[in-house]
Amino acid sequence: MKKIAVLIALACLFPLAMHAMGQYFYIGFATRVLIYAMAAASLNLVLGYGGMVSFGHAAFFGAGAYIVGILAVEGVSSVWIAWPAAIAVAALAALIIGALSLRTRGVYFIMITLAFAQMMYYVFVSMKAYGGDDGLSLPTRSTPGFGIDLRNDFVWYYLVLALLAAVLYLLHRLLHARFGRVIGAIQENETRATAIGYPVYGYKLLCFVISGAIAGLAGALIANHTGYVSPSLLHWIQSGTLMIMVILGGVGRFWGGPVGAAVLLTLEEVFSGSPLLGDYALHWQLPVGVILLLVVLFAPQGIAGLVKKKSAFA
Amino acid sequence: MTGILFLEQSLNGLQFGLMLFLLAAGLTLVFGIMDMINLAHGSLYMIGAYLMASFVQATGSFWLALPLALVATALVGAALEVTLLRKLYERDHLTQVLATFALILITNEVVRLVWGPQSIMLNAPAGLTGPVELPGGMRYASYRLAIIAVGAAVAVLLYFLVTKTRVGMLVRAGASNREMATAMGVNIQRLFTAVFALGAALCALAGAMLGPIFAVQVGMGESILILAFVVIVIGGIGSIRGAFVGALLVGLVDTMGRALLPIAFAKMFSPQVASNLGPALSSILIYVLMAAVLVFRPQGLFPARG
Amino acid sequence: MRIKAIAVAACALAVAHLSSVQAANELKIGFLSTLSGPAGAIGIEIRDGFNLALKMNGGKLGGLPTEVVFADDTLNPELGKQLAERLLKRDRVNLMTGVVFSNVMLAVWPTIQAEKIFYIAPNSTPTRISGEGCTPYFMSASWPNEGYHEAAGHYAKSKGYKSAYLIAPNYPAGKDATSGFKRGFGGAISAEVYTKLNQLDYSAELAQIRAAKPAALYAFLPGGMGINFVKQFVAAGLSSEVPLVVPGFVSDQDIVRAVGEPMLGIFDTAHWAYDLDNDANRKFVAAFEKEFNRIPSVFAEQGYTTALVIDNAVRAVKGKIEDEKAFHKAVMGSPGRFKSPRGDWKFAHNGTPIQDYYLRVVAKDNKGRIVNKKIGTVMSAHVDFWAKECKMK
Repeated sequence: MKKIAVLIALACLFPLAMHAMGQYFYIGFATRVLIYAMAAASLNLVLGYGGMVSFGHAAFFGAGAYIVGILAVEGVSSVWIAWPAAIAVAALAALIIGALSLRTRGVYFIMITLAFAQMMYYVFVSMKAYGGDDGLSLPTRSTPGFGIDLRNDFVWYYLVLALLAAVLYLLHRLLHARFGRVIGAIQENETRATAIGYPVYGYKLLCFVISGAIAGLAGALIANHTGYVSPSLLHWIQSGTLMIMVILGGVGRFWGGPVGAAVLLTLEEVFSGSPLLGDYALHWQLPVGVILLLVVLFAPQGIAGLVKKKSAFA
Repeated sequence: MTGILFLEQSLNGLQFGLMLFLLAAGLTLVFGIMDMINLAHGSLYMIGAYLMASFVQATGSFWLALPLALVATALVGAALEVTLLRKLYERDHLTQVLATFALILITNEVVRLVWGPQSIMLNAPAGLTGPVELPGGMRYASYRLAIIAVGAAVAVLLYFLVTKTRVGMLVRAGASNREMATAMGVNIQRLFTAVFALGAALCALAGAMLGPIFAVQVGMGESILILAFVVIVIGGIGSIRGAFVGALLVGLVDTMGRALLPIAFAKMFSPQVASNLGPALSSILIYVLMAAVLVFRPQGLFPARG
Repeated sequence: MRIKAIAVAACALAVAHLSSVQAANELKIGFLSTLSGPAGAIGIEIRDGFNLALKMNGGKLGGLPTEVVFADDTLNPELGKQLAERLLKRDRVNLMTGVVFSNVMLAVWPTIQAEKIFYIAPNSTPTRISGEGCTPYFMSASWPNEGYHEAAGHYAKSKGYKSAYLIAPNYPAGKDATSGFKRGFGGAISAEVYTKLNQLDYSAELAQIRAAKPAALYAFLPGGMGINFVKQFVAAGLSSEVPLVVPGFVSDQDIVRAVGEPMLGIFDTAHWAYDLDNDANRKFVAAFEKEFNRIPSVFAEQGYTTALVIDNAVRAVKGKIEDEKAFHKAVMGSPGRFKSPRGDWKFAHNGTPIQDYYLRVVAKDNKGRIVNKKIGTVMSAHVDFWAKECKMK
């Protein structure tokens, strides 16, 4: 508990510190980290806790982003309409894709989630009315009303932080309730769980849909944050990036998603934009790749695993 | 659509499909025998193209550089297998996906460091830069015809290798039941390295032959890798015959889709939308095909596993 | 506990990379361009032209020590947007330039606009920004997007072609290309085909062209796309069957270096040619060849002139670029105050150049090197068609 309080305090103080130093750029950067933390946490739910290797998670992330983008361009920018719509569409996509994919297992599951994500990618590429390959610029950030202006970097940061906290709290409650225990049992031994009488397919599908919905919310946030959506948000490389975050942070560890997102994005920022590294900064993906490889081979529990030895499920 | 157009598009589809087959063959063997998802397969394709370009520059001859590039890439593949990939066979698929994804990042950057970020020049050999006259009066790029010839020849060779030779029999045994093959005394380790090296050489051949048509650039492997996976899923993991049929199917659907659909849509939509819709739809169609196979016949059209 | 330690360490690392507060008497230019991949050659040409002017001015523009921060968007609009944010908010550049491709330009423009930083275009000048969306913060030292294409259309008309078959990539500049050509040509269009941006294999499109047997083919495919298209066009045997007209982007040095002799005889249109007869051009060409050991292209001239425009304007406001009205006026007046390799030109009220467009042919010069030679003038003192949509004064 104390650790969480310290974390929250640090997170709240961060933008004020940046303001004091006149470094506004990093407030935006931190907001981006928070949004990807949410997306990675949603993947961790289905990958780490559910044991489902979904290689198409970016589809839900991107779909949520596109819903917000399309609605914004069509004149609907209210938070109360656009964001629930994004969540709903992402959840629906997860329902359909999950229902079909969960009939397969193992490597076929990986492949079919990949196939569906690529299908959705090409659907958005084909929509030339909404930019297609060129992407879509949003005219404005979503408006929540009540005189709150989300274009203010501070306000935006705190809103995203609050949403991330809410999502993490929800996940925490979920995982420590019956749902979490059943999912854990299914991941450990699916045959035994079926034998006991649990509706395994239903639980896995529910897990998949919840994860997709959260990814949709993260997508809505990223669309607002960058003010731009493009089909590359749904590409399998983006799915791979989210998986890297989860693995780096610790798959199956509660903080795996957020830690992994923070580490990867910070590494990217440090290596690629650093005046210290000069021209070598262009090759930032090399150290990231090496680190990832080492983690995968020698520290499969990720960074959060190195930190905490105990897991939620012994 | 006129006869000439249909013929030319069919040849294009055949050309693309045969090159896809080269990539898919190696991928399906590795997947089938070693049960390993290798995302870095596309990187071997890229390395093959880059090595080819360098050898052409060094020797001044396309045909001299080609075997050099194949051997060099096979060695790179073997080295990778012995040092790194061997550790992944026993691990779960997620680990394999992530480790080979990391390999993609690393190889992209290494290539960028060694050859620079610009795409490099690889030209068709002199003598194949112009058109050739086909029976019927139609002209077609002679180089593309050469690709079809090489692709078909390799397909025949592979078929011969896999079905008629002892090594091929070991490969098929390993693909259909690895434990049994080991129990029967096959030196699995050496077989795996050989299979991987062969796959790498096939990648290099595809990369070297396609280099003059595409561009030799960093990241060229990613786009074609995903199609190779589609091919082996449709064809059946571990089956060379499946890879062949799957590759031709995907190649033809992709090319016909890109060529025919915009013409069909041009009647209904603006040229910009029609040009966009056609290729996107043919891509969606390919993935729908893949998903359908996975749902209804997950072992693929020609399952290798007994 | 260790999570906190990691968090603190990360913060410290981030702090270590904070750039220093911007000095007021220094010029920091953000150069966001496409510097790698098949289209990278274009960005590199622009960069080299820009750097040449900078070097010839002793590393200063307008008398101020100048730092140019380069960023490579790799033709990815999303990455471009991120890099623009970093250049503007973290590196605090006070001027921006460099973008090659129009899809990147349109994606980063809202970000640049929000920061109220001046952008001087060395290449892409989309009609969406130069027309109705015009603002004093966007000025172009290259050409309006439709310029070359409209000129090519005029040329095709003068050759008496009965119809034209158009092919361009499916992105904003591709749309501008077909639109401009159609206006200049005024004749029948037999087909309008859009390819995927960065597409490299044109077998399908070439098969269609062969079957269509067009009276003339107009192809706008810049960078690596052009290299591959021209190579495959020749390989398919179409170069002897179909008359080809192209804008200068598809026939200049980056493509000539890759394709070579098969390109001889291609006609194209551009705002500059290698052998333009004026002192500034001779000086530019000689300096470029000496510095980089290769022949400059239109892109190099654009980069060079952009730097000189900035130099002249900053000098005119005595370094006070924060005075936005004065700086804008200074930029708009700059072409009249220095000699550019392209000859005489000036800005229209929407910030795009009013200049001549020449007909060129790919031929060998007296040293046997392949260049684009000027044959004639297709449009004189041409004004951007969309300038009339711009309601600025």
